[in-house]
Amino acid sequence: MTVWKYGDDINTDMLFPGKYTYTCSTPEEIKPHLLEDLDPSFADNVKEGDIIFAGKNFGCGSSREQPVVGLKDVGIKAVIAKSFARIFYRAAINQGLLLIESPKAVDAYSKGDKVTVDADDGVIQVGDETFHFPQLPPEIIAIQQAGGLLPYVRKTLKKQK
Amino acid sequence: MGMTFAEKVLATYADEKETVPGQIVTVHPDHLLTHDNTAAIIQKIPDELNQYGIASTDLPIIVIDHVVPAASEKTALNHKNIREFVNKHKIKHFYDAGEGICHQVVVEKGLALPGKILLGSDSHTCSYGAVGAFSSGIDRTEAAALLLTGQTWLKVPQSIKVILENQLSSGVYAKDLILHIIGDISASGATYCSVEYHGDIDQLSIEDRFTIANMGVEMGAKNSVFFVDQISKKYLSSIGVNEKEYSEVCADEDAEYDQELTYDLSKVVPMIAKPHTVDNTTTAESVQDIDIQQCLIGTCTNGRLSDLQVAAEIVKGKTVNANVRLLILPASRTILKQALNQGIIQTLVDAGAMILPPGCGPCLGAHQGVLSPGERCLSTANRNFKGRMGSKDAEIYLASPATVAASALTGHITDPREVMN
Repeated sequence: MTVWKYGDDINTDMLFPGKYTYTCSTPEEIKPHLLEDLDPSFADNVKEGDIIFAGKNFGCGSSREQPVVGLKDVGIKAVIAKSFARIFYRAAINQGLLLIESPKAVDAYSKGDKVTVDADDGVIQVGDETFHFPQLPPEIIAIQQAGGLLPYVRKTLKKQK
Repeated sequence: MGMTFAEKVLATYADEKETVPGQIVTVHPDHLLTHDNTAAIIQKIPDELNQYGIASTDLPIIVIDHVVPAASEKTALNHKNIREFVNKHKIKHFYDAGEGICHQVVVEKGLALPGKILLGSDSHTCSYGAVGAFSSGIDRTEAAALLLTGQTWLKVPQSIKVILENQLSSGVYAKDLILHIIGDISASGATYCSVEYHGDIDQLSIEDRFTIANMGVEMGAKNSVFFVDQISKKYLSSIGVNEKEYSEVCADEDAEYDQELTYDLSKVVPMIAKPHTVDNTTTAESVQDIDIQQCLIGTCTNGRLSDLQVAAEIVKGKTVNANVRLLILPASRTILKQALNQGIIQTLVDAGAMILPPGCGPCLGAHQGVLSPGERCLSTANRNFKGRMGSKDAEIYLASPATVAASALTGHITDPREVMN
């Protein structure tokens, strides 16, 4: 498991360049360009279960959802940041990608620390330090439990009609 | 306790007496904006669209604007798929390539109105606060769900009161003001918040308000709003909107704001956002020696008539520096026509400018003026992120149309007050 660490204000152009926005939308098309202008080593080396740490305002900028779709598809277990930009946060809920706002956990991490995340209990372990994060509101948990927004909507549409 | 604008609008749409920050409400927005990304959105739900159809033919607003005219076979196919979808589902509000940038078109066509809720799969959907609407960006997946259901959840935001005092000096514009504000509160200073403008807003035209509201997302805001007043009512009436079509929603006098910030407009000077974040601001005067190879005047931030007008006044009878390419990107066909009728386009072309079709153009690096490594662009757009206009080794600086026009003449960043008058 690799922990990737980045700084503040990482925008969606750095996570997935705008020039590909209207030509790449499937996970297979997205993957080679993931984090292309931020960390050229990421796309080739990311593995299922990896964790990303970042500073404040992660995912700011364009509403493009390819970064979220891409990170979910390559198996990122969680993005732990000091804060997230609003549209990115919503997009992550809608794709079922786990985002955790925990400035203390971000500050506690140094290279080489072992990191584990328990989403059910709301616990992050960084080295020998433990951090707790709160449960999301029930409306959002319902979307997550369905496996994302579209599966959730499919279920409700079926019930209504 | 009184309510902020955001609390009030969300209470109305959730059919609640009041709402408080943090509360989650279910709303049926008046409109859902999508653009070229409509093609990818409908690809997510082909079976559901066949089985259930769309929630309403009045809900979607679709504008083809991001890569127009199509730059590749793939983008051409996207546009074709969108047109077929529009015809099949009898979408009422469709604007094809050439009509303009979605945000300008939505406002010009009277689809964004005071007190209404609009959501859009574009981060600059927050622009409609210029006319007193609650508007915010969402992702493609949520747009797909909204197409089917017509409803979504929203968290009631905390609100920031921004009080504007006095008026801007000559040579200083709304763009300088919003860059000044973002530099002050940072790119994340308003994250999740409703930014609500108070004070001497009667000093700001609809076009000024559009520039300011448009950049709300650059400080993280959920929405960014100027309450309806005589100026917006007059504008709406000029585009054929009847007052009965909207409600005059303003924050209550005793609304509770999370933060209060005051800015003296008379103290603002021409500003620049340096690479690679919008809050990396400084005065134009302090970076005058920086040379530039491309100048872009236009986009949804600054592609309106007054923007082109001020640029034309500055370059009139002069010639763009031999080392600079000056690109003009009007925000809509309506604006392009007005600029043609008033001789503005003639003046700009005489000075050496290239005119691009109304659309998003090079702003997101898809076509029409991408940058090579080592190049520097001075732009009136809203973002200067690394790699946004092409190469990650290019640099983007942001400024007002006056600053960009003045700099196009000299070949380096120039305080417009030096060349005006």
